[in-house]
Amino acid sequence: MTVRRTPPLRFSTFTRRGLKAMIHLLASGYLGLLFYAGIKGQLGPDPVETLLNETGIWAIHILIITLFLSPLAKWLPSPEPIKFRRMLGIYVFVYALAHFSTYILFELQLDMALVVGELTKRPYIMVGMVALLLLLALTLTSIQALRRKMGKNWQRLHNLIYLILPLAVLHFTWSQKTFWQEPVFYWIVTAIILSMRLKEKRIFQRVRVPPRTEGSRTR
Amino acid sequence: MSKPFKPSVSLTDNDVTAQSVYLNRRQLLKTMGFLGASTLLAPSASASIWPWSDDKPHAKRTALSYSQPSQYQLADTKTPEQKVVSYNNFYEFGTSKDAPVENASTFKTNPWTLKIDGLVNKPIELDHDALTQRFPLEERIYRLRCVEAWSMVVPWIGFELASLLKLAEPLSSAKYVAFETLYDPEEMPGQKNRFVGGGIAYPYVEGLRLDEAMHPLTLMSVGLYGKTLPPQNGAPIRLVVPWKYGFKSIKSIVRIRLTNKQPPTTWNRLAANEYGFYANVNPKVAHPRWSQASERRITTGGLLAKNRIPTQMFNGYSEVASLYKDMNLTRFY
Repeated sequence: MTVRRTPPLRFSTFTRRGLKAMIHLLASGYLGLLFYAGIKGQLGPDPVETLLNETGIWAIHILIITLFLSPLAKWLPSPEPIKFRRMLGIYVFVYALAHFSTYILFELQLDMALVVGELTKRPYIMVGMVALLLLLALTLTSIQALRRKMGKNWQRLHNLIYLILPLAVLHFTWSQKTFWQEPVFYWIVTAIILSMRLKEKRIFQRVRVPPRTEGSRTR
Repeated sequence: MSKPFKPSVSLTDNDVTAQSVYLNRRQLLKTMGFLGASTLLAPSASASIWPWSDDKPHAKRTALSYSQPSQYQLADTKTPEQKVVSYNNFYEFGTSKDAPVENASTFKTNPWTLKIDGLVNKPIELDHDALTQRFPLEERIYRLRCVEAWSMVVPWIGFELASLLKLAEPLSSAKYVAFETLYDPEEMPGQKNRFVGGGIAYPYVEGLRLDEAMHPLTLMSVGLYGKTLPPQNGAPIRLVVPWKYGFKSIKSIVRIRLTNKQPPTTWNRLAANEYGFYANVNPKVAHPRWSQASERRITTGGLLAKNRIPTQMFNGYSEVASLYKDMNLTRFY
């Protein structure tokens, strides 16, 4: 038995609500500000490019933060980070949707022939679309009532978040003209998150060779 | 000499867009302090949104004297100067569009030597002052079509590459012209660090067939908007080939070599399936990752400005079509 020196960290309802309100304000505030400034022509030389970059990159940032919440809860230890997971996860979808909408409305400007062509012919766009559709599925099933109804399947479905991250980073890398750019940093972070997850799942332990066999080897 | 060259596009110069419309993105993003919260951003790529990254002063530019031949004026709305000088692809100074203006402000372009050699009778060296003084300068308003499917309209100042090449007297064996950008990792951070420069092989090299190089539209540019080029636009001298994708228009050139073989070109070497040697603007040949049928013209206005326009064959410079008469342009993209 391990004896914890400090009790798990807990927020008061007031603190928790305050924090959540602040996250709402920042996340939706920034998005609103981007669109407002974009419409006013105040997002730099090419507002469409800026908006595409900012919504895409912040979808990935929030996703990364979301995926760090569960290791953080274990490390503290505290149940609190988990209480922010659903909210942040939904914001990942909101930013990804804003990113997609920017692409369709302002980049392709509703040229339907072009939209259909790009969505069906360009692999990096398709990878992004798959990530977005998976996020949509997770967002729709984030309602508590559905969660209870789905039982074990809910967790199975929501584990897809660990697939969505590499898909999003692949979409990011693939959209660039060369590999050695910003996305490389995101691949490193992705690798860290996925390896932490694998350790947590004890996958390594399960496949480890039993000691008897290990001893019989020369090295 | 054959009859004087007449371009297909002859329009007027009274449609200049006010530059005051431009507002700095950096300033806006800076006001949003919470952006600094993330430690995930690559320092090279998004430097401008860090609240503490101070804007460096712009490099000094000198006014030039030049003529304005009417056949090279254009009625298209020009891209505001502020956008032309702050939205650049110049990987030697960083891969994001706003990196070159930030990182190139202290780039030294004087002294400079441009060498013309290879298969020529008279090799030439031009020093910094000769670049703007040796040849009479003209203003030419050209459309610039980037391979990334955006475009601008830029008033360049320069002289025809043909005048320079004629001075060097190409040998009859010369079939191609190879261009090379400066290689100086101390001055160009992208050449020093692959995260800054996108990991491409430097120095940047480009090439043209000799007949393309001799075409009257092919310009050696030393300025834009009435003044010498800012470093991020390729100071002190760059190529401008308006019927080809922007990456053909190599910047900060130190050497021009006439050759009998097709020279290697940077983007072709990096991804031959995406970027050909010719790289003529062609709405019918898609880039493997995006359509080239249309483009977004960067001028003024926000998100709601309907700026997507159809891309024209050879970027609208149909007079070059004869250069490619019997060529399959789908194969030689």
